[in-house]
Amino acid sequence: MDSPTNEYKELLRVENLHHSFTEGSQKTEVLKGVSLQVCASETTAIVGPSGCGKSTLLYLLGLLDRPESGKIFLNNFEVSSSTEQTRTALRNTSIGFIFQFHFLIKELTVIENVALPLRKFGADAKESEERSFVVLEKLGLAEKAQRFANKLSGGEQQRVAIARAMVNSPSLILADEPTGNLDTENSENVFGVLQELAEIENLGVLIVTHNSELAAKTNKLIQMKDGLIIKDE
Amino acid sequence: MSLLGIVLGIAFFVITQAQTSGFEAFFIRTILGTNGAIRISDRFQDMHGTVRSSSKDGKTSFFFHSKEGALYTEGIENPKLLKDALDQFTEISGISEILEGNAILNGISRSQTVQIHGIVPSNHIMVSDLEKQIIRGELSAFELDPMTILIGNRVAQRLMLQVGDRVNIQGRTGNLQLRIAGFFETGVSQIDKNRVYIHLSTAKAFIGKRFSGSIFQLSMFDPSKAPEIAAQIQETTGHRTVSWQEREQVWLDVFKALRVSSAITVSSILLLSGLGIFNVFAIMVIEKTRDIAILRSIGFKPSDTSSIFLWQGVIILFFGIIVGVSLGILSTYGISQIPLRIRGIFSTDSFVVNWDLTHYLWAIVIATVFVSIASWIPARRAARIEPAKIIRETL
Repeated sequence: MDSPTNEYKELLRVENLHHSFTEGSQKTEVLKGVSLQVCASETTAIVGPSGCGKSTLLYLLGLLDRPESGKIFLNNFEVSSSTEQTRTALRNTSIGFIFQFHFLIKELTVIENVALPLRKFGADAKESEERSFVVLEKLGLAEKAQRFANKLSGGEQQRVAIARAMVNSPSLILADEPTGNLDTENSENVFGVLQELAEIENLGVLIVTHNSELAAKTNKLIQMKDGLIIKDE
Repeated sequence: MSLLGIVLGIAFFVITQAQTSGFEAFFIRTILGTNGAIRISDRFQDMHGTVRSSSKDGKTSFFFHSKEGALYTEGIENPKLLKDALDQFTEISGISEILEGNAILNGISRSQTVQIHGIVPSNHIMVSDLEKQIIRGELSAFELDPMTILIGNRVAQRLMLQVGDRVNIQGRTGNLQLRIAGFFETGVSQIDKNRVYIHLSTAKAFIGKRFSGSIFQLSMFDPSKAPEIAAQIQETTGHRTVSWQEREQVWLDVFKALRVSSAITVSSILLLSGLGIFNVFAIMVIEKTRDIAILRSIGFKPSDTSSIFLWQGVIILFFGIIVGVSLGILSTYGISQIPLRIRGIFSTDSFVVNWDLTHYLWAIVIATVFVSIASWIPARRAARIEPAKIIRETL
């Protein structure tokens, strides 16, 4: 039997994740035991109705929040209970985040926005600019590198957000409704970029989306309902 | 606006402190130069007239009080012995024996009661600024001739006297003809309109106290130590000894109150500027909450986001200090050039300012405390932002 190739090695494993929110005296259980797996070079879509826990799951996987119980393994390293310092470092080096509303900093130029994770990582200004420019070139935004982020179209801004997410060469990209605010043409364009990244850069891409057409094009589709995974195919 | 507040706060603090402490320092210089650091007068004497009977072994067998025969001796009884004792104090830089008395000074057309100070000129210039206080005439002329007199300028003005004039002083024991060697001005009006200096030997003969009755005026290498040294002298010699701090306590307290109240008033400008900075930063944290959450999501630590605000505070403080201190220096110099004639407790013809580094340091410390607090609270709030919660609420 062949050993698993590097392209399909396990990047992320989630075991029996539980999470809830408390507002006043009322506790709402959002995730009721979620387990899943994401591999390198694969795009995975999570679909489901609003309030089923998709985004909460994504923030837990992005180490922005801590689960109540359950375990998250990133590159076989248990991260759900690791220190805040480790989680912050992993967010910078191993995970790229893309949000529905690009969330670019409007006072910075396109290239400055993209270079932020590199500057945080410790790269100097020149190196950060050079590496950011290479990524922007890949995404067809080299000409707009010096423009302010808020002067670009919605699709372009989302591609800048993708550039920012991948500039530090993470192993996992988490995207929360990345096409939710875009028209059909731009949605397909952005989705195409994410698929290419997974294949060419050997990344694991996990997308939360309401767009079932785009979700159908991913390698793996996970369906959620009421805090549970009801289909994983 | 906040930066301007810090600049003006620091500058005003420096200016007001330079003025109040300037006048205070000038007053201290004047009183040290006029009445010395320490004055020693009468010996403590038993005025109850205690009469004791002691047995052979030295124990008191009985005593009673009788005021009969109790005589109070004014001034120092044995100046030479006391001077020898004072020579043992290494902190004392000069000793001047002074014999004080009252007389009537007869000018050409008018007379005035004056306070005679009999001094040894060479000793007295060691414990006072008499040399610098001479405004007309020569101290050397006074030093060389024991039949000369130095007169306070207000007395001279009142009696319309000129240097070289002969005047007559009239006392209980007789009259004395003296030539005016010069006029002095201390700036202390009470002294300038009453005091005259004559030679100690002349004064002793004139007042009729040949061997005792004088007081001592001392100068010190470090006048700030005067209270401790005065206490030691009083304890060891049994003579009433008063330091300049005790003697001028009322005025010193007035200057201190002025200095502290102006510091408090001006610090409120810095406090208001601090509140301004706090306001701006607090609003910035609210406006930039989403950006802070994004920075956190791409690997920025809580301390990274808080340092953004702390650095802004540092930049405002840095430029505030540079410009504020420069403005303070220029304004202090400008104020020192403003003509202002003051006579009474000292003599000056312009604003007196004190160039003291501690004023600048205090201004910087106060500004630093206010700006630090004003930046630290919003910075702490920025560090506590939970990125997941903010992003979830933004969507």
